[in-house]
Amino acid sequence: MKNSIGREIPENILGYREVHKYSSPFDKKPLGRRASPPLKQVKPDDSKLLSNIEEAIKKVGLKDGMTISFHHHFRSGDYILNMVIDTIGRMGIKNITIAPSSLSNIHEPLIKHIENGVITGIHTSGVRGELANEISKGLMEKPIVIRSHGGRARAIEAGEIKIDVAFLGVPSCDEYGNAKGKGQKSMCGSLGYAIVDAKYADAVVAITDDLVPYPNIPASIDQTSVDYVVEVDCLGDSNRIASGATRFTKNPKELLIAEYASRVIINSQYFKNGFSFQTGSGGSSLAVTRFLKKEMNLRNYRARFALGGITKPMVEMYEEGLIENLIDVQSFDLVAAESISKNSNHYEIDASQYANPHNRGCFANQLDVVVLSALEIDKDFNVNVITGSDGMIRGASGGHSDTAASAKLSIIVAPLVRGRIPTVVDRVNTVITPGETIDVLVTDRGIAVNPRRKDILESIKDKGLPIVSIETLKESAEKIVGKPKSIEYEDRTVAVVEYRDGSIEDVIKQIK
Amino acid sequence: MKKKLRRTMMYVPGNNPGMLSDAHIYGADSLMFDLEDSISLKEKDSARLLVYNAVKTIDYGDVEIVVRINGLDTPFGRNDIEAMVRAGVHVIRLPKTETAEDVRKVEKIIEEIEKKIGRPIGSTKMMGAIESPLGVINAVEIAKASSRLIGIAIGAEDFVTNMKTKRSPEGIELLYARSQLLIAARAAGICALDTVYSDVENEEGFRKEVQLIKQLGFDGKSIINPRQIAPVYEIYAPTEEEINEALKVMSAIREAEKKGLGVVSLNGKMIDKPIVERAERILELGNIALPEKEEE
Repeated sequence: MKNSIGREIPENILGYREVHKYSSPFDKKPLGRRASPPLKQVKPDDSKLLSNIEEAIKKVGLKDGMTISFHHHFRSGDYILNMVIDTIGRMGIKNITIAPSSLSNIHEPLIKHIENGVITGIHTSGVRGELANEISKGLMEKPIVIRSHGGRARAIEAGEIKIDVAFLGVPSCDEYGNAKGKGQKSMCGSLGYAIVDAKYADAVVAITDDLVPYPNIPASIDQTSVDYVVEVDCLGDSNRIASGATRFTKNPKELLIAEYASRVIINSQYFKNGFSFQTGSGGSSLAVTRFLKKEMNLRNYRARFALGGITKPMVEMYEEGLIENLIDVQSFDLVAAESISKNSNHYEIDASQYANPHNRGCFANQLDVVVLSALEIDKDFNVNVITGSDGMIRGASGGHSDTAASAKLSIIVAPLVRGRIPTVVDRVNTVITPGETIDVLVTDRGIAVNPRRKDILESIKDKGLPIVSIETLKESAEKIVGKPKSIEYEDRTVAVVEYRDGSIEDVIKQIK
Repeated sequence: MKKKLRRTMMYVPGNNPGMLSDAHIYGADSLMFDLEDSISLKEKDSARLLVYNAVKTIDYGDVEIVVRINGLDTPFGRNDIEAMVRAGVHVIRLPKTETAEDVRKVEKIIEEIEKKIGRPIGSTKMMGAIESPLGVINAVEIAKASSRLIGIAIGAEDFVTNMKTKRSPEGIELLYARSQLLIAARAAGICALDTVYSDVENEEGFRKEVQLIKQLGFDGKSIINPRQIAPVYEIYAPTEEEINEALKVMSAIREAEKKGLGVVSLNGKMIDKPIVERAERILELGNIALPEKEEE
């Protein structure tokens, strides 16, 4: 059966729950009540401090078949996930489903744990590196489930992901479980993803490399949610939070795209004093803030808030008085991580507050402008940020579809071609963000406005911007690099791509 | 027809496919694909082939394509000319031009090839880069050496080395050469392009130099990075006041022509030829259409 964006979705997917087809961004209404963790008793003399991870695993009663969760605030510098899974493997526990907020290159050792049956299920925002390649080639029997950050929070609150044990790496913690994103040895800033896990998991183990005197407050994760505390030598490498994905570009093409995108924003009806915005972590996306800054200074505008992955350029704008509030679910670099404990209007929010479509209103709903990247975008403006041109999984859903659906103006920035690979195509490999939630595509060779947004076209035309149709962009891309051969897949589904509301947007098949 | 602006001429190494395929998207007035100094000896042939194919296949739109060839005193010069004329580049730029004879030698080869392949004779334009004291002395002769010449450019690095000095932020060491080049170009009625500013990170220094060469009278600057484009345009852009004044001048001229008046005045001042030419240049730089001339 096909969903409304023309994607073939199997009627039944082995190892996945009941299939709901995607139909439109806000079509699926939530039913039922929020999930909740069990009641617990901790008596005055009880100690939560345990000597190691193995002891914690025993204490929480982790068994075959359970689901455990992690956060990815350390991105590719995370040591905790591998540490815990190695221990579980040694202890002979099998058939575990992991539900980290995301996975990165550093999690390659999971391959062996999947091969020997320790891990049999994965819920994540994304996967990269060798692990992603192996999953694409059919490593797992059950398909993995890809969710957006808002979608993950929703699934946890709806009880669709039931976390038995959350293993949360926290940069500082007291022995009663009050935890923060900054410690002596490591730092990750916001603990936005972990907070959701702490609220809903049946058991919570806080793992820290900086055990501080009680009370460690104000805490991001507080003592009432934490069952046990374990001290380890090292949580992760904070310096690798910003590796790869977030950087300050000097690349002229990225700067050109950023300049075009900023001019789209500046000429739109949403650029006014008190507007709000979010930018992604790609080179062009980050650089947009540099151009916006100039114009905001000129017009004496201030942004009421910046949302999302908070980055160094945003912190700088905050410190210069150009942004009044930073709303931070994930600190994208060390400057942002440092700022959250230093700057009074830099606030930590959890992933449900950030982008969950099924609570009483998330921050993303209040967003004016979002600038996002894309690996591929098609003639219907559908965006792929998860599979590469070889059909392999190599990215993450992140907050892409959440913010695109919520913001008043959603802009995709991408080069028209990357090397020999076209970005604008007939049909994207995998849909992460439906085209009906994308308003403008900005490339180095031209800007295309979604025909659904005639108002935006009206406000940015005749401003010296190279506006063309998306078909024209697709044709220019083909003229430069030709038409790629389509990728060959097997029948077996290796990943299910859930939209933020829990319906299925797309599936990823095993690569041939 | 609108006159060709050459405010920015951007160097692009001829051996870099990525740059060759994208160079035109940044808005430089002219692109200069280099086969000479930025290409190592062992890559001379592959760069020539690459540039040839790029010019043949990529749609560069309205951007002027200039190719800097290797000198005829090298084993590559002749092949470069042949390939580039065949590719149909707009302008062939000679490096290290020292005499009018240098220009004529290259012109002769261009003409031979145009004949051989059936291109209109004279359709391939030329440019000379003057990079030595001898070239500076001969600038006037060089500028007049061929009707194909659209301009001359100064290349400062070799020149200052020959002069036993180095470049300074103020550019005093180049003042004579720049002036000589400009006078030669203006006498011959062709463009004058200034040399590159190689410290891409120093935007302030770059801006100062562009202000200087604009004031001297150069048509534009050779640049080495897309980031240098916007500052040049900003500095060369006329002010609103200048544009309004120029438009007034031009409409006074049109008005007088309509009435058949020989002498034109605006606000009591006589408008003579230099004023009109300046007004035209301002409108060109501002990319403003001239007031319509009424057809007879």
